[in-house]
Amino acid sequence: MADITLEQQTEANQQYLSFVMAGEEYGLDILSVQEIRGWEATTVLPNAPVYVKGVINLRGTIVPIIDLRQKFGIKTLEYGATTVVIVVKVALEQSQKVIGIVVDAVSDVFSIDQDEIRQAPDFGAETDLKFIKGLANVQDKMVILLEINRLLGSDMLPDPATLSNILNSLDLPQAASA
Amino acid sequence: MDIDLSQFSQVFFEESIEGLAVMESELLKLDIAAPEPETINTIFRAAHSIKGGSATFGFTSVANFTHLLETLLDQIRDGQRQMTAEHVDLLLASVDLLRGMIDALMNKGDYDNDKAQQLQQRLSKLLAEDAKSPTKQVDALPPAEEQPNGWQIEFVAGVDILRCGNDPQLMFAELREKGELDVRLQASQLPPWHDFDPESCYLSWQLTLHANVSLDEVKEVFEWVEDECQIRYQPLFEAEPTTEAPIAEDTAVDKPLVKAPDLKSVPQNKGNESSSIRVSTEKIDMLINMVGELVITQAMLGQIGRQDEIGPESMLLLQQGLEQLASHTRDLQESVMQIRMLPISFAFNRFPRLVRDIGQQLNKKVELELKGEDTELDKTVLEKIVDPMVHLVRNSLDHGLESPETRRKFGKAETGTITLNAFHQGGNIVIEITDDGAGLNTAKILAKAREKGLVGADEELSDEAIHQLIFKPGFSTADAVSDLSGRGVGMDVVKRNIHELNGSIELSSQPGKGSRITIRLPLTLAILDGQLVRIGRHIYVVPLVSIYESLQVAPSRINRLGEGQELIRLRDEYLPVVKVHQVFNHDAEAREIKDGLVMVVDNSNEKVGLLVDELLAQQQVVIKSLEDNYTRIPGISGATILGDGTVALIIDVAGLVNLAGLRNGKEHAA
Repeated sequence: MADITLEQQTEANQQYLSFVMAGEEYGLDILSVQEIRGWEATTVLPNAPVYVKGVINLRGTIVPIIDLRQKFGIKTLEYGATTVVIVVKVALEQSQKVIGIVVDAVSDVFSIDQDEIRQAPDFGAETDLKFIKGLANVQDKMVILLEINRLLGSDMLPDPATLSNILNSLDLPQAASA
Repeated sequence: MDIDLSQFSQVFFEESIEGLAVMESELLKLDIAAPEPETINTIFRAAHSIKGGSATFGFTSVANFTHLLETLLDQIRDGQRQMTAEHVDLLLASVDLLRGMIDALMNKGDYDNDKAQQLQQRLSKLLAEDAKSPTKQVDALPPAEEQPNGWQIEFVAGVDILRCGNDPQLMFAELREKGELDVRLQASQLPPWHDFDPESCYLSWQLTLHANVSLDEVKEVFEWVEDECQIRYQPLFEAEPTTEAPIAEDTAVDKPLVKAPDLKSVPQNKGNESSSIRVSTEKIDMLINMVGELVITQAMLGQIGRQDEIGPESMLLLQQGLEQLASHTRDLQESVMQIRMLPISFAFNRFPRLVRDIGQQLNKKVELELKGEDTELDKTVLEKIVDPMVHLVRNSLDHGLESPETRRKFGKAETGTITLNAFHQGGNIVIEITDDGAGLNTAKILAKAREKGLVGADEELSDEAIHQLIFKPGFSTADAVSDLSGRGVGMDVVKRNIHELNGSIELSSQPGKGSRITIRLPLTLAILDGQLVRIGRHIYVVPLVSIYESLQVAPSRINRLGEGQELIRLRDEYLPVVKVHQVFNHDAEAREIKDGLVMVVDNSNEKVGLLVDELLAQQQVVIKSLEDNYTRIPGISGATILGDGTVALIIDVAGLVNLAGLRNGKEHAA
């Protein structure tokens, strides 16, 4: 992996970390990624939403863990030795939070030019797609680029049906991941 | 050289606020009949440095106002004017105003301009009045050949002064013996480092000597170096009400250069809560030592770790190392805590003023005694304890102490005493507020409680139980009690605030003799004595201060009230029980009260039972925020990390009970 510096990471050319979940590939702005960890048992929070798996002790900091599958309304997998937690820094209006997200597997790091990002198709007013930055083709794969600050930063939850809707309606090149 | 002065403004603000605190406390100490010259001098100096600073930083409104104060103080100091109670009032009001002005400058807000105008007029009028009708002392002052009350000395040392064995410091020390000396260093002539000759002297000084000495006496000090150095003397007439002298003395460019090597000692009296802490270098040194020790221990452990095999010998070393590590860690923790510790005088300082003002308002004679002012307390606790304390002291003054007439009638001294005392007691800090007033009127409190339905008509209560009544929320409204004993106004709020600090409050009172309120606080908010409890596979921490007792309850003592709520009978009380697992949506072994343990906890003076599976260890826990990365969770006040590295949540008793109530409500509604 080439060294990434802030200078290189311009608006026009950003680096993304991609991960796999339910056969789809998603991309995260690499600057928001703090570290990647294995799954460990969490302390369950009372009355938390189902997708909040609890909190862990990350070198003295209390970090909440969120199951992205559940947040997206996808059927959950059993957690195992290969379950991956991506610890991301989420910039909020006034502060920055550190949150772990559970994904199936981490895939790759790649650069995408701003021009190569396609807007997600419009599904009408009822589908809120603000947390999707756009779609990009990387080596014949379709990657869904996430806007992590919007996805985790607010209490906004994507309607569970929304994502499957999007995924179904986008004629994604499933062959690549299958 | 152009210097951005704004970066130093913060220092000016802090110093000014300290200066104002000094002025206030000295004014309060002042015996108007026979004022100590040193006290007035101290007040004057504080005003003077605020004026100088504000002029330097361009805060002209502050500078102009302080100038008036300074003039007045100077006249009092010189004996031209007799100190009166009116002056003290005026000066205190001015301190308040200046504080407002500086606050406004700090926060870029506004201050009370009308009040400023008013005060300024009063001051000017006062100053003008006496000028018109000069007293004998004013006459006595020779107009032209006035004896200067100090000297301004510019001392430019010759380059060779050090080579000749002369030390400017010694001369300054000699001057200091004559009076108060203000030394300001000018280092602008220092050459670049590569040209620097350590044996040469490139410095010059601005000396201000406040002393009634003749020029010859001053010259004598510099006699030996007269030929090599440039020395200029200027008489100092501080009585002169012109702004020029002090302002010229700290010109804008000199100020920052001059500030650092200023020989002035750090003011001892500090009074406000700003977001920065001044830490003594001693504490920092200790910390550095401790870290040094830690590094050595770490190196030692590292060495053992590098060995291929660990034999019995190295095992012993390893154990020793770990023991050392544990002790260093503990010491380090203590030292770090020390940094946040401030003497409680920070909180106590405001009370002389408060007591004086309220005493005047209520026409009561009162003396305030402060004890244990050096007792140290965590800064966050300190900031939060002030408001409840103000409330309690105000209560003592308003309702506890009797009027001078009443006191005389009961054979007491006319002047009442309120004592604030702070001391350490077993890992806690105790603050006592004692008054020698009338004490609580138990009969009236009981009558009021009966009227409000808090106590049954036939119920008889012990005095202690009656005292506890004033902490009830029902007793909090002013009109409900103030005409009677009044002692209950907002006491529930006080109690809640103290509980939020994980502290406790007790009250004892003797009719006719007075009352004592005892506040017990943990030394710091970052650490809590906790009881670990298990609910299913979840471990929670309950603050030890809120636990009364834990017990197993026999089925015969369990009553069901309506549909949802269960009560247990404990001696002669009925307590509601919160099933924690239900409220938190957890699995638990003990789903019924009889199967588990009931922990009796305090929820704003009401006893409540919490149903848990098992009690585990008691230990100190370090409180971590959940909100930093997540959100607030109802019923949870924070988190901590246990010895095995896992996270345990800390139960917020009030929040939990609240949540349980809400749940019940919902269930009923459904």
